[in-house]
Amino acid sequence: MGIFNLSNLPFPALLSQLLLGLVNGSFYAILSLGLAVIFGLLNVINFAHGALFMIGAVLTWMGLNYFNISYWAMLVLAPVIAGLFGMLTERLLLRWIYKLDHLYGLLLTLGITLLIEGVFRSAYGVSGLPYDTPDALQGATDLGFMILPNYRAWVVVASLSICFTTWFVIEKTRLGAYLRAGTENPRLVEAFGVNVPLMITLTYGFGVALAAFAGVLAAPVIQVSPLMGQNLIIVVFAIVVIGGMGSIMGAILTGLGLGVIEGLTKVVYPEASSTVVFVVMVIVLLIRPTGLFGKEK
Amino acid sequence: MRKITPVVYVLLLIALVVAPFVGAYPVFVMKLMCFALFASAFNLLLGYTGLLSFGHAAFLGGSAYVAGHAMKVWGLTPELGLAAGTLAGALLGWVFGLLAIRRQGIYFAMITLALAQMVFFIALQAKFTGGEDGLQGVPRGQLFGLIDLRNDITMYYVLLVIVVASFLLIARTVRSPFGQVLKGIKENEPRALSLGYDVSRYKLLAFVISAALSGLAGSLKTLVLGFATLSDVHWSASGQVILMTLVGGLGTLSGPLLGATVVVVLENKIGEFGRLLARLTGIDWFNTLGDSVTMVTGLIFVVCVLTFRRGIMGEVISFVQRLRGLRTRHG
Repeated sequence: MGIFNLSNLPFPALLSQLLLGLVNGSFYAILSLGLAVIFGLLNVINFAHGALFMIGAVLTWMGLNYFNISYWAMLVLAPVIAGLFGMLTERLLLRWIYKLDHLYGLLLTLGITLLIEGVFRSAYGVSGLPYDTPDALQGATDLGFMILPNYRAWVVVASLSICFTTWFVIEKTRLGAYLRAGTENPRLVEAFGVNVPLMITLTYGFGVALAAFAGVLAAPVIQVSPLMGQNLIIVVFAIVVIGGMGSIMGAILTGLGLGVIEGLTKVVYPEASSTVVFVVMVIVLLIRPTGLFGKEK
Repeated sequence: MRKITPVVYVLLLIALVVAPFVGAYPVFVMKLMCFALFASAFNLLLGYTGLLSFGHAAFLGGSAYVAGHAMKVWGLTPELGLAAGTLAGALLGWVFGLLAIRRQGIYFAMITLALAQMVFFIALQAKFTGGEDGLQGVPRGQLFGLIDLRNDITMYYVLLVIVVASFLLIARTVRSPFGQVLKGIKENEPRALSLGYDVSRYKLLAFVISAALSGLAGSLKTLVLGFATLSDVHWSASGQVILMTLVGGLGTLSGPLLGATVVVVLENKIGEFGRLLARLTGIDWFNTLGDSVTMVTGLIFVVCVLTFRRGIMGEVISFVQRLRGLRTRHG
C-alpha cells in the first residue's frame, strides 16, 4: 500500500523528505555508533549521550555568541571540550560502578543527564537559541531533479565520513585491534601490557566527542535548546535495540536506515513519523529478538 | 526487626488516619499515597524480580487517561473507572512484558523506555487525551452510587483503604511461593530455569501485576485531582519512580513508601528549602533552587548510585541487623 501512495506523491517532495531523513539518520548513526563503542568497553549504556549531543550544539552557540568563534573552529573545539569533560566524568564517576550490575550504569548516567540538562536549563531556559547556517554552506544547489540545500548535504557527508573513519580505525588498525581485544577480554589485554583503564577513559572521551560532533552539525538544523537531546536519546535507544550493539557497521547502517524510514513516513503518514522507529523496534523484536546485527552480550 | 516492624507500620497507619485532623492538607497526602503505591508496585519488579522497567510512566499515565475518560465521558462510577484504569494498566503491561522479556538486562530497560515513549506520543496526538491540555474536569462522583467522594475527607479515607489493601497485596505477593520464585530468578536466573521454573512466565506475571497496580495508582491520582496530564506519561515519571525506589531502598517493602515521600516532598518544597538556605547562608543563588528540580534530582541519583545503593531503609535494616549480631555475640 505504501508504494502505491508514494507513486502519487510529487517526486521532489519525496526526495527532500528522503534527504531530511538521511540528515536525521546521520545523527542517529553517529550517536548509536558512540553508544556501541562505549558499551563494548565500559559495559555502560550511556544515557547521557543525548545531553552530550546537546552540549555540542550549545557550545557551538556559546562559541559564536560569547567569543565570536566560527562554526568551523567549533566543529573541532566542541568535540574536544566535550571529550575532555567526558573523560573527567569517567574518571570521577563512572569508574566506580564497572563491577556492578549494568543497571547502575544506566541509572548513574541518567543522573548525570539530569544534572547537565538542569545546569543548562537554569542558564538558558527551555526556549531555543537561534544559530545560523555558516555562510559557506548557505543556499542550495539545483540538481535538475531536485533542489539540494547545501548544509544538509554537508551534514550527511561529514557524518558519513566520521562514521566510516571510526569503523576503519576500529576494524582495520592496530589501535582498533587493542580496543576489540579489550572488549572481548580486558584482563588478558592488560596482561599484555596495555593500559586498559586509560584505554577505557579515552574510549569514553571519544564516544562523547562523537556525540558533541553530531551536536555541532545539528546546531543550524535542529533548534538548539537544553532539552534537545531528551527525545533523541530514546529514539537512539530504540535504534540500538533494533541493530544490536555487537557491530559497528550495524550501528551505522541501522541509524541511517531508520532515519530514511522516518523521513518516508513523514511523506506517507505524517502522524506516525514520531512513532515509526518504535514500531519497527516492535516488529524486529517479534521476528528477530537479538536485533538485526545482534549477538547477545 | 521482627518485633519492631509491625509497630512501625501500625504507627504509620495511625498517623495516616489522623493526618487530616492535625493540619495535613488531605489532597497533598492523597497525592503522596498514590505515588507510594506507584513506587511499591514498581519495586515489585525491580527490587524483587530484578527487572528494570524504564517505562512505568506508560502505566501510570495511560491508566490515568483511561480512568479519566471512563468517568468523565462514559459517566462510569468511580469504582468502575478505577477498574477500567487498572485493567488498562494490566493489558498494557502484558503487551510491554511480552515484548521486553525477549531481551535481557540493559536491553529490557531500553525496550520498555522506547515503548513508553510510543505511548507518550500517542497520548500527545490522540483526541481523547486532550493533547497538551490534558484531560480535565474529571468528576469524582459517588462510590457505588452511595458514598459522595466530592468531600475531600471522604475521598481521603476511601483512598487510604484502597492503598493499604494494595500494599498488603504486594506484601503478600512478595512473601508467597510465587514471590520466592521471583527472588530466585533475581538472584540466579539460569539456576531457576534449571530447577524447572518457566522463568519467562514468572517474569511476565510479575510485570503484569506491577503494571496493573501502577495503573491503579494512576487512576486514583486522576480521581483525586480531577485531571490527567502528559507529565504522568512522560519518561521523567519513569525516572522519578526509579529514584523513589532507589532512595527508599530496593527490595524492601517499606523503602518505596519512604522514597516516594522524600521525592514528592522534595519536589514540592524545594523552593522553600532554597529560600531558607539563601537566608541562612546569604548566597543568593539558592533562591532559584525551586527552578532547578531536575538538577537536584540528578545529583541525588548520582550520589545514590555511587555511595548509597541500599537506600535509606536498606541501610536501616542492615544497621539493625548488625546491632543484633553484636548483641548476640556479646550476650
